[in-house]
Amino acid sequence: MTLYTKDHEWIRIDGNMATIGISQYAQAQLGDVVYVELPETGKAIDKGKEAAVVESVKAASEVYAPIAGTVFEVNAALTDNPALVNEDPEGEGWFVRLHVPQGTDTGDLMDEATYKAFLETL
Amino acid sequence: MLNDQGRPTRPEGAAPAEGTPAATPWTFTGNRALRVEEPLIFEIGRAETTGVDLPAPDGLAPRLGRLARKAAPDLPGLTEPEAMRHYVRLSRSNYSIDTGLYPLGSCTMKHNPRLNEKMARLPGFSDVHPLQPVSTVPGALDVIADLGGWLCRLTGMDAVAMSPKAGAHGELCGMMAIKAAIRARGETRNVVLVPESAHGTNPATAALIGMTVRDVPARADGTVDVEAVKALLGPDVAAIMLTNPNTCGIFEPEVAAIAEAVHAAGAYFYADGANFNAIVGKVRPGDLGVDAMHINLHKTFSTPHGGGGPGAGPVVLSSRLAPFAPLPFIRLDAGRPVLVETEAGTAPGETPFGRMTAFHGQMGMFTRALAYMLSHGTDGLRQASEDAVLAANYVRAGLADLMTLPFPDHPSMHEVLFDDGFLKETGITTLDFAKAMIDEGYHPMTMYFPLVVHGAMLIEPTESESKASLDLFVATLRDLVLSAKRGETERFTQAPRFAPRRRLDETRAARSPKLRWEKPKPWTAAEAAE
Repeated sequence: MTLYTKDHEWIRIDGNMATIGISQYAQAQLGDVVYVELPETGKAIDKGKEAAVVESVKAASEVYAPIAGTVFEVNAALTDNPALVNEDPEGEGWFVRLHVPQGTDTGDLMDEATYKAFLETL
Repeated sequence: MLNDQGRPTRPEGAAPAEGTPAATPWTFTGNRALRVEEPLIFEIGRAETTGVDLPAPDGLAPRLGRLARKAAPDLPGLTEPEAMRHYVRLSRSNYSIDTGLYPLGSCTMKHNPRLNEKMARLPGFSDVHPLQPVSTVPGALDVIADLGGWLCRLTGMDAVAMSPKAGAHGELCGMMAIKAAIRARGETRNVVLVPESAHGTNPATAALIGMTVRDVPARADGTVDVEAVKALLGPDVAAIMLTNPNTCGIFEPEVAAIAEAVHAAGAYFYADGANFNAIVGKVRPGDLGVDAMHINLHKTFSTPHGGGGPGAGPVVLSSRLAPFAPLPFIRLDAGRPVLVETEAGTAPGETPFGRMTAFHGQMGMFTRALAYMLSHGTDGLRQASEDAVLAANYVRAGLADLMTLPFPDHPSMHEVLFDDGFLKETGITTLDFAKAMIDEGYHPMTMYFPLVVHGAMLIEPTESESKASLDLFVATLRDLVLSAKRGETERFTQAPRFAPRRRLDETRAARSPKLRWEKPKPWTAAEAAE
């Protein structure tokens, strides 16, 4: 199941592994992404702290970790082809895979329906 | 037809086919009368040509040994007239405050009075060298001291560091003084509070000196909430960096309370002086509790905005930071300026944090700024600020019924901020709108900044514009907005239609930038035949 934050990150948790990216809405707002700065693997990231930086023709923005974890893998394909973030933000355009503790609390994240309702309010 | 670099020389890409009427009139050269299709200097230069003709020196024994070049460097050689024409032609494609209204918000693109230029060109100023004996340049020291005195008086501050070379360099200087003051107290605070609407240089400066940035969220009305600041303050906070008026063009109403809370927490208040033009002679930042503020002489005090320099960003400092001002500085000794260049020359109580530049600052900019101040007087400087605010609000009043204001309840200061609400449903973006302004002969306003507003358009006309000039600008924007609302989308999405180049591919330029010129491969026979 995909969960969302108010800052327009998405996260999918599978056991100990959490994949993070930015939402369809976020990529549309950013415009053409030209550069993605990814963290080093093995780096511990606190919840709400910077996990990556995404730069578009309009602005540079931080991507925050929706939950705490350790960087297990980054999407190296984004380095050569940042356009993936625009083309498939919630699939091939993922940013980071975090190793997260089992049973991390995700109570403050939104499911898809709640996120869609949240977008309506913007 | 292609030129020898393989670039089309016809405006629309190709000459009309034989027998068909020309859709667009074209010329053999690709030039359009005075609008010249100027090639790159590498395309017109020849390695064997040179603009100077000197005899080879006699008896020159090369001493480079194996480091000597095997082949001549591939530099473009041009005759003197060719070099002159190349740069003059390029300069004619430029847009500047000398050619038109330049509404770039947050940049204060004001007229550069020619009186300033005349003063800066006096040989006593223009010919001084930073290494000549101090005893030979008392006049130059007087100018630096007088200008510093004006800056301190206008800002209500105690000291000034004149050497920083630009606004961001001044920020660095101010923040280094704050860091030095914190160290002198034996503390290690390393968090800097930066509001969401801040200039990007603010968090960059804090990061550069090893501090951590903590964002202060903006309120719905675009201003900073003193309670939000208080919630973030703590024993680890070194400073807050605040712009006032802020980048939404709004005067921060709670700035004094914010300063009080920051000081009570043991931190310092850095003010970004980029928007000082709104308040000169009206408010002294020192009275608002500011500890350090840079002043962009090229904004507020009418010196030219250089293409990367020379700039000048003096920093004024409160009594709390004055002892830490960097070398070199000028101390007034019984009214006479004394240049302090080294630690050895400091007096008790002077503990400079170091040195930021080799020399004293940008003398040419100092002379221009002082000429501006002396020719206006304090009353004139105040009126310039009043007129700048009036001009921005005149533009606002002329457009508010057609465009959308994100913060309609706050009066604008020296710049007016619109959002892209009025473009909703038109299929036209802020970028398209800005490009259409180019077709109308205007430099676009600042767009997509500040980030707290959707599709931001930030317009700062400055006091330089006459009412007639503002009227034409407002009328042009009204025509554009009405055109957008009528659905004349192509006027925007196809813009610029009349600039020397059509819309550039910013995405491709950023994704795969070409940072070096590459010598083109020779034409193949097939290409040459085309």
